[in-house]
Amino acid sequence: MADIANIAVSILFDGLAYAMFLFVVSVGLSVTMGLMGFVNLAHGAFAMAGGYLVVTLTQSWGVPFVLALAIAFVVIGAVSIVFERTLYARLYKAGELDQVLLTIGLSFMAIAAYTYYYGPIPKSVPLPGWLEGQVDLGFRTFPTYRAFIIVIGAALIAILWYGFERTKLGAKIRAAVDNRRMAQSVGINVDRLFTLTFAVGSGLAALGGGIAIQLFGLNPSFALVYLVLFLIVVAVGGLGSVKGTLLAALVLGIFDTGGKYLYAEAGGFFVYAITVLILLVRPAGFYARD
Amino acid sequence: MPATEARASAADYLISRHRFSAWEALPWLLALAAFFAFPDRMTFGTQVLIMVLFALSLDLIMGYAGIVSLGHAAFFGIGAYTVALFAARLGWNEPISGLLAAAALAALVGLVSGWFLLRYSGLTLLMLTLATAIMLQELGNFRSDISGGYDGVPGLAFAPLFGIFDYDLYSRTFYLFTLAVLLILFFLVRRIVYSPFGQALTGIRENVRRMHAIGSPVHRRLVTVYTIAAAIAGVAGALFTQSNAYVTLTAFDFEVSAKVMIMLILGGTGRLYGAFVGAVVYMVLEDHLSRLSPAFWQFGIGLLLVLTVLFARRGLLGLLEDLGKLLRTTARR
Repeated sequence: MADIANIAVSILFDGLAYAMFLFVVSVGLSVTMGLMGFVNLAHGAFAMAGGYLVVTLTQSWGVPFVLALAIAFVVIGAVSIVFERTLYARLYKAGELDQVLLTIGLSFMAIAAYTYYYGPIPKSVPLPGWLEGQVDLGFRTFPTYRAFIIVIGAALIAILWYGFERTKLGAKIRAAVDNRRMAQSVGINVDRLFTLTFAVGSGLAALGGGIAIQLFGLNPSFALVYLVLFLIVVAVGGLGSVKGTLLAALVLGIFDTGGKYLYAEAGGFFVYAITVLILLVRPAGFYARD
Repeated sequence: MPATEARASAADYLISRHRFSAWEALPWLLALAAFFAFPDRMTFGTQVLIMVLFALSLDLIMGYAGIVSLGHAAFFGIGAYTVALFAARLGWNEPISGLLAAAALAALVGLVSGWFLLRYSGLTLLMLTLATAIMLQELGNFRSDISGGYDGVPGLAFAPLFGIFDYDLYSRTFYLFTLAVLLILFFLVRRIVYSPFGQALTGIRENVRRMHAIGSPVHRRLVTVYTIAAAIAGVAGALFTQSNAYVTLTAFDFEVSAKVMIMLILGGTGRLYGAFVGAVVYMVLEDHLSRLSPAFWQFGIGLLLVLTVLFARRGLLGLLEDLGKLLRTTARR
């Protein structure tokens, strides 16, 4: 009995940490897709680029890990604006196939460039002492690093919730996601709004890439391997919905972790099966727009 | 124009499209020329022909019916594993019946999955097609006692073609066999896309609401073409296994789905011969450039894709067409 409870707590805890990672990376993708309907398959490449920036900053420049995460958020967010303005903006009105092709192309280029520069061997980061080891919560101990991810995730959820629900900017974004034309008619500059959310979303992806290094290791194929999961979270959550992305990240994160704990041979089968089931019942995801 | 006359001219148009023009013999003559010119590169040539067939099946759903799939490798993998498992576990290694079995099983998976998926569109459809391929891969990994997992099913042996033609060292026999299969299936695809059914598919691609409005059974037609394309992709997968004599679960990879899509885009969608041009150009470039450095090749194909989307959306054949038009207009002046 105690064993079952113990395993259940482990699954919940690890699943929660995994869900936070999925949420942090996917939320930007969801909002930009909801805003412009742009299928951005290069989102994983931004996460991968963020991860490598953290690796370089911590290993070669001796920047502390948490500061490196913040720098990755800012730098990758800023770099993404260049891509958005020069390439993405040209295809907003094009079909999804064109967008898929452009962003697959960008992902391939990113993977190739990073493989050339960093090599295909997985990288790791030096963690500060206070993030290593276990943390004691009274009834049992947990890995400190995963607890750290959960704390970061919770903080970001609070910030995003406040930003979306309580600020004027958030209200504009929600209005534009619900009805882009109407929002433009009342004088909201949707293009600029999109550039801004795209930058924040890519920055968050970079941050997610940074925290993922310690969990999964980082190599260039990260850009495509985890992309599928991010897209699934977005599709299951419903485009443009922060709440939906969080719910989808929690469901898929905990299911995937549980499946791998209890039935390791099946690998990721459960997570895809449940995705298909959810999408067959709710094709537009948990929180769909009308 | 009176209605009967309009109908007659529409029928004329459809019939005229069925006629072969002289240049359509060119790809087949080139394929035969390659057989005599590069006798020691026939293993590679066979792979090119298989990718042409695979890209052709994608053209049927993507180029004509407008179904964007990120999981077309699902059917390639089903076909590849059908012949592999039949040969390895059941000892059924006759190649032609193997192809038919692969086509039948891939068609079945296409029918069932298509019936569910093709009610959706946009991102949901992209995700569902992608998830289908990955689920099949995970299923294969789960039952690695049957599939061999990521180690694959190595060392397969297939019976001689028609019981007489054995596979020689440079697999020249198999090249001709693949070419024959491609020719037969190409005629089938060509017939389909120029038929009224094919016209209806183009209508669905161009304006699905209007097709609904005029009472076209959209879902049924999409499922039908999806099933046919799945069967053809299954044959391509089966040929892949037969020519390599082994297969692994990477046949279901997203990279495989992406690769065939890139080939088709490169050649040009919705124009039958786009699959030929795209697959040949892609495979030859890959063969040469990846020998220099795999990273260099991957960067190149990414760049090529970005440039194609931005500047040559209709593919290489589209570019050729534009060039031809340009030359004709300048010549007239």
